Amino acid sequence: MGIVREFTKGLWEEIPPFRLVLGLCPTLAVTKTLKDGLGMGLAVIFVLLCSNVLISFLRNIIPSKVRIACYIVVIATFVVIVELVMQAFTYELYQDLGIFIPLIVVNCIVLGRAEAFASKNGVLASAADGLGIGLGFTLSLSVLGSIREALGSGTITLKIPFTDISNVYNLFGPSFEPFAFMISAPGAFVCLGLLLCAMNIIGNLSKP
Amino acid sequence: MREIIKMFVVLGIICGAAGALLAGVKFGTMERIEYQELTFVKGPVITEVLAGCTNNPVDSRFKMKYGEEEVKFFPGIFDGKCTKMAFETKGTGFGGDIGLIMAVNIKDDTISAVGITTHKETPGVGSRAKDSKPFKNSFVGLSIHDEIKIKGDGGSIDAVSGATVTSKGVCTGANLGSKIYKELKDQILAKAREIK
Repeated sequence: MGIVREFTKGLWEEIPPFRLVLGLCPTLAVTKTLKDGLGMGLAVIFVLLCSNVLISFLRNIIPSKVRIACYIVVIATFVVIVELVMQAFTYELYQDLGIFIPLIVVNCIVLGRAEAFASKNGVLASAADGLGIGLGFTLSLSVLGSIREALGSGTITLKIPFTDISNVYNLFGPSFEPFAFMISAPGAFVCLGLLLCAMNIIGNLSKP
Repeated sequence: MREIIKMFVVLGIICGAAGALLAGVKFGTMERIEYQELTFVKGPVITEVLAGCTNNPVDSRFKMKYGEEEVKFFPGIFDGKCTKMAFETKGTGFGGDIGLIMAVNIKDDTISAVGITTHKETPGVGSRAKDSKPFKNSFVGLSIHDEIKIKGDGGSIDAVSGATVTSKGVCTGANLGSKIYKELKDQILAKAREIK
């Protein structure tokens, strides 16, 4: 598989959390709004890309018996960097995401990519894989966040970290009664399931 | 044997490098994080106790040593002059420390406002002190040279009903604040004259 293939597989074929069905805990917890989902996704992209590159770079040095410990140290380092940077520059996002930022350390997607891909492939391929899977995760969280926010609160909060873009769009006008179920964790499950269902239908349609 | 040593060395080096990198990032972001915490956590309380000031008190903050601890001061500028000085102090409540911001009128050494930033009081009981306007207002105008006590102890503060321990804790905090202010008064006045 070429580099491009490694990159694009994360965007549809193996898109997390739908296809991999890993990392559900942050997925359910932080996708109440679009801005939280997007912020979480960006944090995961950074951690995934950096840890994949570094682990792939060190893959011949790390002894196989302590590999998991080494991966965790590498991943934890990048997570703490993300946490500190977020605290320093986007404090509101840091407050919204709270415990789910440090929990990226034990996110199965990140550790899974390290173990299943970066430890067996070259640096460039691992970077493409990390970026692809990370972007896929961000995309999923943003879609999930938009749907839940639109139905659950009737708004879309567009707020991109590190830029001045910050807008709240009211979608349905003042008479809209928010569908509060969507904001709760079960609502996230239902939403996730329906999206997965839709993806399977689309996947089956395109099959010959 | 060689394999075991290799494991130790590799893991040790990775951990060491990670530690060094994190120490660097932590050091680099320390000031910025402190600023963000002041703006978002204590900022609203600081603006409340210095309501109407024309400067940004967090931007013009300075630190002074009180004993072992560093106390942060937030000058409030009114009509082009620094006439109020807010600073951090703390008292002991029912559940632990109560963080306070206290503002003192520089001219006559009276308390101009008291605000509660952080606390671990029982929600719905002690925590009501944080939002009780009458309780906080009863501190206004008291001299920092007198001891502040609740009415039950012979003072002038109306304790929040059901939250006597918390109310007493806020009084202790205010008394500690008075002590800090009195002790550092000369330096504070010198700083206040500098700030415009």
